[in-house]
Amino acid sequence: MDLFDNLIFGFGVALSLQNLLYCLIGVTVGTLIGVLPGIGPLGTIAILMPITYGVSPVGALIMLAGIYYGAQYGGSTTAILVNLPGETSAVVTCIDGYQMARQGRAGPALAIAAVGSFFAGTVGTLLIALFGPPLAEIALKFGSPEYFSLMLMGLVAAAVLAQGDIVKSLAMVVTGLLLGLVGSDVNTGVQRFSFGFAELSDGIGFVVVAVGVFAIGEIIANLGDKTERRGIAATVTDLFPSKEDLKRCIGPILRGTGIGAFFGVLPGTGPAIASFASYMLEKKLAADPSRFGQGAIEGVAAPESANNADAQCKFIPMLTLGLPASGVMALMLGALTIQGIQPGPEVMTQRPDLFWGLIASMWIGNLMLVVLNLPMIALWVKLLQVPYRLLFPAIMAFSAIGIYSVNNSSFEIYLTAVFGIFGFVCMKLGFPPAPLLLGYVLGPMMEENLRRSMLMSGGDATVFVTRPISLAFISATVLILVIMVLPAARQRRLEIAD
Amino acid sequence: MTLGLSKDVWAGAMLIAIGTAAMLIARNYPFGTALRMGPGYFPIILGGLLTVFGLFILACGLRSRERIAGSSSLRALIILPISLLLFGVLMEHGGFVPAMIVLIFGSATAAAEFKFIEALLFSLALTALSVVIFVWGLGLPYPLITDFH
Repeated sequence: MDLFDNLIFGFGVALSLQNLLYCLIGVTVGTLIGVLPGIGPLGTIAILMPITYGVSPVGALIMLAGIYYGAQYGGSTTAILVNLPGETSAVVTCIDGYQMARQGRAGPALAIAAVGSFFAGTVGTLLIALFGPPLAEIALKFGSPEYFSLMLMGLVAAAVLAQGDIVKSLAMVVTGLLLGLVGSDVNTGVQRFSFGFAELSDGIGFVVVAVGVFAIGEIIANLGDKTERRGIAATVTDLFPSKEDLKRCIGPILRGTGIGAFFGVLPGTGPAIASFASYMLEKKLAADPSRFGQGAIEGVAAPESANNADAQCKFIPMLTLGLPASGVMALMLGALTIQGIQPGPEVMTQRPDLFWGLIASMWIGNLMLVVLNLPMIALWVKLLQVPYRLLFPAIMAFSAIGIYSVNNSSFEIYLTAVFGIFGFVCMKLGFPPAPLLLGYVLGPMMEENLRRSMLMSGGDATVFVTRPISLAFISATVLILVIMVLPAARQRRLEIAD
Repeated sequence: MTLGLSKDVWAGAMLIAIGTAAMLIARNYPFGTALRMGPGYFPIILGGLLTVFGLFILACGLRSRERIAGSSSLRALIILPISLLLFGVLMEHGGFVPAMIVLIFGSATAAAEFKFIEALLFSLALTALSVVIFVWGLGLPYPLITDFH
């Protein structure tokens, strides 16, 4: 079987001592920032990206991915123990998880969250291995019009499905596309939007935008936020769930994994939506829905499985099509590009070590998280007591070192400050920042494919609707827009957002 | 911080400003034709699109009364960018150690619950740690301290 050969090859890559170490660092840092509120995987990956420049591409990706799914584990730990969702994906887990902890069942709650996440992670890994190669095969046949339409669909879907105002999300995508154009034009060499700064001729640094908006902007916003939520840390006594607990959770874990995988491949939907949807489903299916909110173990198992499956499946479009489905995936694409790898379907054939190594490492990383996390819970809870007034200056320091080390340029530090202010203003005005990053990453590629398509077709814009695959993407884009503009759907989105 | 107008009026105005600025600047780049797009083609389309979004949001904002939500810290908005600025200047003219101390201590003053002694000790400790990790450990080529030229 091809699949097993490939997976064995992948494990060979991931099990090298070096890559195991990167994986361990990744999941540990991920858990840490998952536990700490006020800094998420986006900001952390952006800050740490410069450190990975010296690392091999496989190692870099393994570590960054570890941060991402490690954060999901960490987020649920604090959600259960102190009613404080370290990450947005763990908000739903708070509801029943914290109730369980208050009833002295924190141990089983944590254990079932870990088991559910691990199962979902395993399924997610298998799904990528199964669907990745055929998808990449199809994508290899794409020409420029198909790519342009695919990116258009990806960007529109990401903007529309993300939380918040649709028009504002789309506006952020367009702003991101514009930012991506800064620097010299690849075809003509004309300097665009560089305002006479020589430092801008290669474009705005990827890390500058990401750290500015997601680390600095976020800190400014956090410092203005006076609401502080603190729960009382529960003590963990008995870790093992009872047979009864396990039996109750089989269904929710399976269904949660399914829902998570489905939302995972959709662009724009964060793990928060998947976990919310699976929680609602379990509540509907339950024989006695009133148990939910009172410490029902299904209410922990389902969303925790869903958010982890979602996190893993987000890699499918990124690795096979070069299409980022979320802000974190945009960062991963950026990391690939910085490593000199052109993202897209060719990655799988040209760098099989990268693709299969990353997939295998995710399974290993999930295993590490289960083994490492449970014994270290006491330590994580201690970390929660680090006050934010000390945490954020440290984040500032690491951000600054990270950015400065890229080009040893103070100019990029000043630019980061500007993007920090811009990010803060956007958040205050209700603009979601993640679509900005998607647009920024895809901007140059989109323009290039648009130009090539038009050259190919002799200036005829109908090329996008006369080629069948491209037409399918365009139709899907229009459909998504129409559905979302319909009043009923608009209303529902608002309800979900509340 | 209530700035009189509703949130979406400001949001729309910001988009219109970015969109029109992009179009005005991109006017100076060759536009080209649909067949051979010049460097000005895509930016002008994007700028136009952004302006249209801005007008739409502004129009919605005129009918809504939703103000900018939540409290904001003007203190953080001013202090954090300035701390970064000082870090940038000091990295070029003062060395790694003064740049880090100023950045960390400076940032710390942005918090409402700022404590002088604690922040000072923390910035010294974190700077020392950074020197060990980044300069000695990872070998980043920054002088620890220079003569402030």
